[in-house]
Amino acid sequence: MAMLDLKLLRDLGRLWAQGLAIALVMACGVSTIIISVGAYRSLEETQSAFYERYRFGTVFASAVRAPRHLKSRIEHIAGVTAADLRIVQPVLIDVAGMREPASGLAVSVPDFEEASVNQLYLRYGRLPEESRKNEVAVVETFANAHGFRLGDSFDAIMNGRKQKLLIVGIVLSPEFIYAIGPGDMVPDPRRFGVFFMSFKKLSGLFDLEGAFNSLSLTTLRNADTRIIVDELDDILKPYGGSGAYDRKDQVSHAFLDSELDQLRAMSSVIPPIFLLVAAFLVNMILSRLITLDREQIGLLKALGYGNVAIGGHFAKLVVVIALVGLLIGSLSGFWLGRGLTRLYATFYSFPFLIFRHSIDLYLLAGGVTVAAALAGAAKAIWTVVILPPAVAMRPPAPTTYRSFFVGQLQRLGIFSQLSIMAFRHLIRWPVRTLLTTLGTSLSVALLITSLFSYDSIDYMIDAIFFRADRQDASMTFVSDQGLDAISAVASMPGILRVEPFRQTAVTLRNAHREKRMAIVGLAEDTDLSRVLDLDLNPVSPTSSGVILSERVAEILHLKPGMQVEVELLERDKRTALLTVTGLAQSYVGLTAYMRDDALDQLLRDGRRISGVRVSIDSNEMDDLYEAIKQTPMVASIALQGISRVRLRETVEENITTMTAVYVILAIIITFGVIYNSARIQLSERARELASLRVFGFTRSEVSSVLMIELGLIVLFAQPLGWVIGYLLSWSVVQGFENDIFRIPLIIKIATYALASLIVTGAALVSALIVRGRVDRLDLIRVLKTRE
Amino acid sequence: MSKPVFQTHDLTKIYRTGDVEVRALNGVNITLYEGEMTVLLGPSGSGKSTFLNIVGGLDRATSGTVRFKDMELTSCSERQLTQYRRNHVGFVFQFYNLIPSLTAWENVAMVTEIARAPMAPDEALAMVGLENRQTHFPAQMSGGEQQRVAIARAIAKRPEVLLCDEPTGALDSKTGILVLEALDKINRELGTTTAIITHNAGIQAIAHRVVSFMDGSISQTHANATRIQPAEVVW
Repeated sequence: MAMLDLKLLRDLGRLWAQGLAIALVMACGVSTIIISVGAYRSLEETQSAFYERYRFGTVFASAVRAPRHLKSRIEHIAGVTAADLRIVQPVLIDVAGMREPASGLAVSVPDFEEASVNQLYLRYGRLPEESRKNEVAVVETFANAHGFRLGDSFDAIMNGRKQKLLIVGIVLSPEFIYAIGPGDMVPDPRRFGVFFMSFKKLSGLFDLEGAFNSLSLTTLRNADTRIIVDELDDILKPYGGSGAYDRKDQVSHAFLDSELDQLRAMSSVIPPIFLLVAAFLVNMILSRLITLDREQIGLLKALGYGNVAIGGHFAKLVVVIALVGLLIGSLSGFWLGRGLTRLYATFYSFPFLIFRHSIDLYLLAGGVTVAAALAGAAKAIWTVVILPPAVAMRPPAPTTYRSFFVGQLQRLGIFSQLSIMAFRHLIRWPVRTLLTTLGTSLSVALLITSLFSYDSIDYMIDAIFFRADRQDASMTFVSDQGLDAISAVASMPGILRVEPFRQTAVTLRNAHREKRMAIVGLAEDTDLSRVLDLDLNPVSPTSSGVILSERVAEILHLKPGMQVEVELLERDKRTALLTVTGLAQSYVGLTAYMRDDALDQLLRDGRRISGVRVSIDSNEMDDLYEAIKQTPMVASIALQGISRVRLRETVEENITTMTAVYVILAIIITFGVIYNSARIQLSERARELASLRVFGFTRSEVSSVLMIELGLIVLFAQPLGWVIGYLLSWSVVQGFENDIFRIPLIIKIATYALASLIVTGAALVSALIVRGRVDRLDLIRVLKTRE
Repeated sequence: MSKPVFQTHDLTKIYRTGDVEVRALNGVNITLYEGEMTVLLGPSGSGKSTFLNIVGGLDRATSGTVRFKDMELTSCSERQLTQYRRNHVGFVFQFYNLIPSLTAWENVAMVTEIARAPMAPDEALAMVGLENRQTHFPAQMSGGEQQRVAIARAIAKRPEVLLCDEPTGALDSKTGILVLEALDKINRELGTTTAIITHNAGIQAIAHRVVSFMDGSISQTHANATRIQPAEVVW
């Protein structure tokens, strides 16, 4: 072994603790790259494989009742490759042993042929056939939630009649990877199920013989879906078409996409933080090592070692540390990545999950890590290379300090000389002080970024469930009803209050910007489900005009007082101009609100309602559930209480796991930064500190010099960390925002405090470890050697 | 006869490094008296620094005893030794050991902050002739000036003893003499018991008494009948 390599091994043996601290920070970078990029690739690949193999539609549309002979017209739209005309109907599901009614979606499958769009992945059994009685294939999540096996059956209220449905198949659909029920914010497979039935059977049950009410298309890869959407709208206009839409507005797809966006954001924000900190740490310890080795380096040069050999020697040291980091990071990344994939498996309904651990991912992570480490080392190595041997062999010039606090101030006696030592040292190395502070503040920021979601979700739950939608349940009717439906609902057992609502599909337009959504009509005195302004105060819809949710106003570039064009999709695309009278806060979906009578006027068909919101006497819940299961006009029911609990459970499960990971990451950064910083200070100032001990300063007084310095760094890192944390959280919220879901940016004081507490605690532990070394300073040896 | 300050009895120090055993001190018996200036002479490794470190409370004897006035140093705890150094001893080292981030004044004030009855830092600096250098940092001063700051720092707490390990070892003759003058002045004006280690035999003539070390033992002591002024020292 070359002598320089032997020196390398011994240096590593001496620096193992600092090296390991750096390697751990790098490992965090590596594993976050592997987790986020790996998960992103896995999810994306799984998604596109499932979409492609099972022909997930690119355009969707629905109508009230359209004749099947439109099929060839639709298939002849330029760019369309296949069209599946089908029936999709919301139904109530009554599962034996389950108190509350579940919501379901009945979807038709073609008879005697394979579906050309949205094919089903058959997990068990077979697809339903027309000839036999009420056969269905259910989605796997629903089957699992109820323990259904082939041959089991359940009831559904279909077109007012209770039907017994026999399970002959268990399937997965590219359309329902993320299946979310009415009123829910996260999937609840127990209360929401999708099932598939023979087209003929379903059209018979819903009196839709020879007709369809939903369609899905596949298109050529380069087809312009906007044109296809327009043509479809024209074709379906006479048949109550409620507006075709692109895949990007399809609920399951949009959720999956936002998950992918988040992963992409994570992979571009989090790993660089660690690699930046690691590069800085490498720079810090290598600079120190080179200062200590200065005379040896001079000697090596005098002996005839070249610059490349000496520079390479230090580069190797860095590469070894990076490789240790890479190894730890790869193992933990692999392990955590598998965990995350399992989490996806419970959340998204894929028939298969492709978790790719391709070599290139590890090469990428390794390359980036080693490059970051070498970048951090570059300057330190360069100073070695340019040093002439004669200069290197002389001790470096003494450190000059700046005149700070010199003069009268010192005589005021505010600061002890020990504090002044600490201040001066911090100011003497401003870049290092700044970077150490920044490194520590990144831990604080990382914690805030992971912890704030609790605050935001809390706030959102409060806003949605306690301020806006305070009803116990909402029922949506099969079709719009007259006002007598209100009294019908009111007479059900346990109903305390009924508030009707009406809703209709529209396209809102402002110049070239347009968005498809629903306008909800509410009574002036609505109390259960309220419209909230941006400060979450309830507002009443005005007698004319429309209130837009903030997100809608942003998309359409509208402000209160401006006019918006409303195209009524269920009224032959008739248009009207309405004034925007206010903005509403809304975290779920895109909505616009009007007063119910104004909406009736706009639709010109008298007073009609689409559904009701009710408050319920909880003692009569079971009777009410039974009654609802017998009520033909109810198409779906959303139970707020259960939705809320389910949301909280899901969020807490996911966030708690993520938070635990982030807390560990933040502790590793803090430890890496503070421990290394303290070790280097100790190495630089051993002589000074030993002198203090000689003069009769106690161990704790001597340690206080280091503690004051580290304390100041940790102190200044807090506000900086809060600011960076706020900005990172803001970018997370922005990245997450989509048409279906948005989270408010709420960070409580307690969250800032908790982040600071964790980081300060980790810093204290690191500092105390180094303090032990101050206690063991060898006074005599330190004094006898000249620095 | 003045009162004894240090009394050692069979003072022995053995260093063990691996299998090697080095007897740095081998049964040293000596008494240093109040107000006395003693020069400790001897070649490298003769044990004079080890002796100074032990009486200064920086190191512990392997066997034997050291008495400082009524205090048995050899039985003191770590904490008691710290208090002993803090309250009774002033040190001056070959390489000054100033705190580079503190000015001359602050280096002195650092010690006076924790001492029981110190003089003002200005006064201590004036005693070594550095009243005009108060706001200079160590890096802005010559070696002789730095060593005089170190002396001012050592005497500012009015210690009973001043222990100097090669105080002129890193200096040329001219600045060395300035340093010796400062030490002599303090010994005379404050009556501080002073022990000076040196390689430089010329310095012995300024002391009351000269103690020579050889192989861990005292080979010889003699009192100077007449002392010379530091300025007369032949370097």
